[in-house]
Amino acid sequence: MSDITKQSLTELVENIKNKKLSSTDVTKAFIERSEKSKELNAYITEDFTSALDKAKRFDQKPNLDLKMPGIPMAVKDLFCTKDVKTTAGSKILNNFVPTYESTVTENIWKEGAILLGKLNCDEFAMGSSNETSFFGNVQNPIDKDLVPGGSSGGSASAVAGQLTPITIGTDTGGSIRQPASFTGTVGLKPTYGSCSRYGIVAFASSLDQAGPMAQNVKDCALLYEIISTYDSKDSTSIDFKRNQYSKELTNNIKGKKIGIPKEYRVDGMPKEIEDLWQKGIQYIKDCGAETIDISLPHTSYALPTYYIVAPAEASSNLARYDGVKYGFRAKGENLIDMYEKTRSEGFGTEVQRRIMIGTYVLSSGYYDAYYLKAQKVRKLIKNDFDEAYKKVDAILTPSTPSSAFKIGEKTDDPVSMYLNDIFTVPVNLAGLPGISIPAGHDSKGYPLGLQVIGKAFDEQNILNIAFAMEEKINFKNKITDWWIK
Amino acid sequence: MSKKNSEYLINRKDNQYEVIIGLEVHAQVLSESKLFSTSATKFGAEPNTQVSLVDAAFPGMLPVINEFCVKQAIKTGIGLNAKINKRSVFDRKNYFYADLPQGYQISQFKNPIVGEGKVILDMPDGQKEVGIERLHLEQDAGKSIHDLDPQNTFVDLNRSGVALMEIVSKPDLRSPDEVSTYIKKLRSIMRYLGTCDGNMQEGSLRADVNVSVRAKGSKEFGTRCEIKNVNSIKFMQMAIEYEANRQVDLIEEGKSIDQETRLFDTKKNETRSMRSKEDAHDYRYFPDPDLLPLEVSDEFIKDLKNNIPELPDDKKKRFIDEFKLSPYEATILVSDIDTAKYFEEVVAKMGKNKDMKLAVNWITGELFAVLNNKNIEISQSPVSAKNLAILVNLIKNGTISGKIAKTVFELMLDGDKDPQKIVEEKGLKQQSDPKAIEALIDKIINDNREKAIEYKSGKGKLFGFFVGQAMKASGGKANPQLINEILKKKLQ
Repeated sequence: MSDITKQSLTELVENIKNKKLSSTDVTKAFIERSEKSKELNAYITEDFTSALDKAKRFDQKPNLDLKMPGIPMAVKDLFCTKDVKTTAGSKILNNFVPTYESTVTENIWKEGAILLGKLNCDEFAMGSSNETSFFGNVQNPIDKDLVPGGSSGGSASAVAGQLTPITIGTDTGGSIRQPASFTGTVGLKPTYGSCSRYGIVAFASSLDQAGPMAQNVKDCALLYEIISTYDSKDSTSIDFKRNQYSKELTNNIKGKKIGIPKEYRVDGMPKEIEDLWQKGIQYIKDCGAETIDISLPHTSYALPTYYIVAPAEASSNLARYDGVKYGFRAKGENLIDMYEKTRSEGFGTEVQRRIMIGTYVLSSGYYDAYYLKAQKVRKLIKNDFDEAYKKVDAILTPSTPSSAFKIGEKTDDPVSMYLNDIFTVPVNLAGLPGISIPAGHDSKGYPLGLQVIGKAFDEQNILNIAFAMEEKINFKNKITDWWIK
Repeated sequence: MSKKNSEYLINRKDNQYEVIIGLEVHAQVLSESKLFSTSATKFGAEPNTQVSLVDAAFPGMLPVINEFCVKQAIKTGIGLNAKINKRSVFDRKNYFYADLPQGYQISQFKNPIVGEGKVILDMPDGQKEVGIERLHLEQDAGKSIHDLDPQNTFVDLNRSGVALMEIVSKPDLRSPDEVSTYIKKLRSIMRYLGTCDGNMQEGSLRADVNVSVRAKGSKEFGTRCEIKNVNSIKFMQMAIEYEANRQVDLIEEGKSIDQETRLFDTKKNETRSMRSKEDAHDYRYFPDPDLLPLEVSDEFIKDLKNNIPELPDDKKKRFIDEFKLSPYEATILVSDIDTAKYFEEVVAKMGKNKDMKLAVNWITGELFAVLNNKNIEISQSPVSAKNLAILVNLIKNGTISGKIAKTVFELMLDGDKDPQKIVEEKGLKQQSDPKAIEALIDKIINDNREKAIEYKSGKGKLFGFFVGQAMKASGGKANPQLINEILKKKLQ
């Protein structure tokens, strides 16, 4: 079958279960396509030989009761994978090979999936274009020299380019949803506490969540149901009743009330984004749901709040990369000199910028004015959502204020780069689930996404809404394979 | 002694200075595993053999609170008569050091698990109350070893992540002696509770000592200096004495005292500046986002309260009321939980007709002397409580004299022998038959007629001679009281 890599996860699972395809067939196909797709630079570490071995072993004794039987898949290089190098996109972890497995990836392998390799990402997940990676830019399969978004840029590129049938990313301020939007794929940021953070290289602990990135909503639901488990190894993991999300998926959203927040109509937002949003509202109505205008009054404070909270936590989380125990170490005259050289040479500029911002806002004399105030605003932002959810079941917004931009276009302007996350950041601050689905194209033919935000632990509801809309939108991603010679 | 006389003051020409001391005691929680990981905490293990991925701060590793350590901290809080906070928060204290793998220490800054409390000190001139400001839980750091190699520093992470309780006193202490009593009292309470073994040699208990001085009678506090990480009571006392005098000298010279952190050099017996207030670290405390606020229910606290053993203060009171001990005796017996246990076992084994005074004297006298000589704890005593009780009873019921008892006790030391058996085997039983003693005395008077006449004619000193002869004749076993009585009668 030459079109193996064009198949969705759901189709591949079905074909393997029906024995129309073997794990080896599928694994080979994705490896071959990945080999031909080096120009995308989606991988940091390829684990193809080992993947093929595992596939062959699977086929010798296939367990077809599993949810991802013998399905190969690559993951963001922020997840620690046992015996496979894990870099977080950073020079400082360039030689780091974990002896342990993250809970999320462990859950995936337990369902029969096979690791293909580790996908490129912004350094320590800090970035919105994958340009901060020590391992270089990632190309967007949509067009040459177009960023795939970030920080899960390698993941988005790999799914859109069919280098992997599905993948996982992490989302601290939009790092799953924004690249999904930029590449015409589906990305879910689950409720905080839904997926274990154990074994994921930390960026901002109170915001980080792992989530699936897929070609369609059903695949997304299936992977979400696999990775969302309660984990006693993560103190912020929450023990709530989890669904069989893919089985319970329905396009019946009749009578649902969907909020349209007026504050998301930001100044300078391109008309095509506004038009897309209006189209989305129409789709919602076509599905038999109702839209209601709501207000989330503190929305405009979300970005500045995020850029205090996230760097503050990051500055502390990244203190462990000091050259003493593992990872990159520069030679120094003494301990302090070694620290300074290791961290100056080991971290890129964006990471250094955020460490400095974080250190500053936590400093005595500034703590109250920045960090403490940001925490208060964060509470207000959460209250906005709580208030809104008294009236509506979910909220619809654009995923991003623009489509994908060119590589290098925003690298000199961090603030304009940060603005990419304006619609996604409030969701992380409030700890809510959000899903981005492709909903149309801009004038350049680049994909645009819509975001459905849900109540905490109400992933089933937003998956259903996304599923219903997906059917109406009938989006077709324009992948020309331009990078394959 | 009046309170005034025992005041610890530093005297200079025309001025007297009072010393103000506050302690931050770091007590290692008695627990098999660490505060946020399951690694073992055994002392003296090979370097880096008790280190988990969490302790070594590997990427993606997360702390999970050890409930047992939380219970230990709350129990200690109860023992300090302190307020238990149902909600407390773990913060990160950020600083870089080679033996601090995370780059931060998880501690409790604004919201500690235990709030204000107090401990009572028994000083020679009466009781003194010392306020407790707070108790919080925190991680210990690893150990940097600088003297194994001329070029490199070695790091041992066995201690990294071990649970500590930091117990902060109010600035209520006024002398090195009070500090000594305070530390001993804290240690005693924690050993009763089983929350800290109090072993200062192994570093289970150490303290930062805050010292300031002020003119006697002044109400204002002076500028304080903090002496870091002092690990013996003797060194604390020496450091305070040196530091207080140093500060007084500065004041006398008209100089000012800089608020700073100092180190105590045990070899030179002096404190040295470590860093000034300006160089103080900015620890950038903030709530650890990997941990939720720690919440405990009323039931949880009540359960722990109900299972608190009798603590030294209550035990002392009971010993005084129930056993009619003097406060002094009671204080000695309760200060260490093992001594108290030993004493209570002796009391129990003595049965109905017991001589409490005698038991106390034997424990604090003969037994303590032996323990001291051998430099061992009472828990390793060569004489069991049961056998000591039998010995005391043998004296009490007149089977042996106090003098013979000392001989018997010596023999008991070898293998915890039953004193009853020793007395029987060696024939040491006291001769208490008046007729036999009378016969013995008759014979002595008969053999020493001249001396008897001398005595009767007024040479009273000779009485002792007769007693001696009688004892000698009985092989030391005759009841001395009976000898006295009968001799007096016969020599009239």
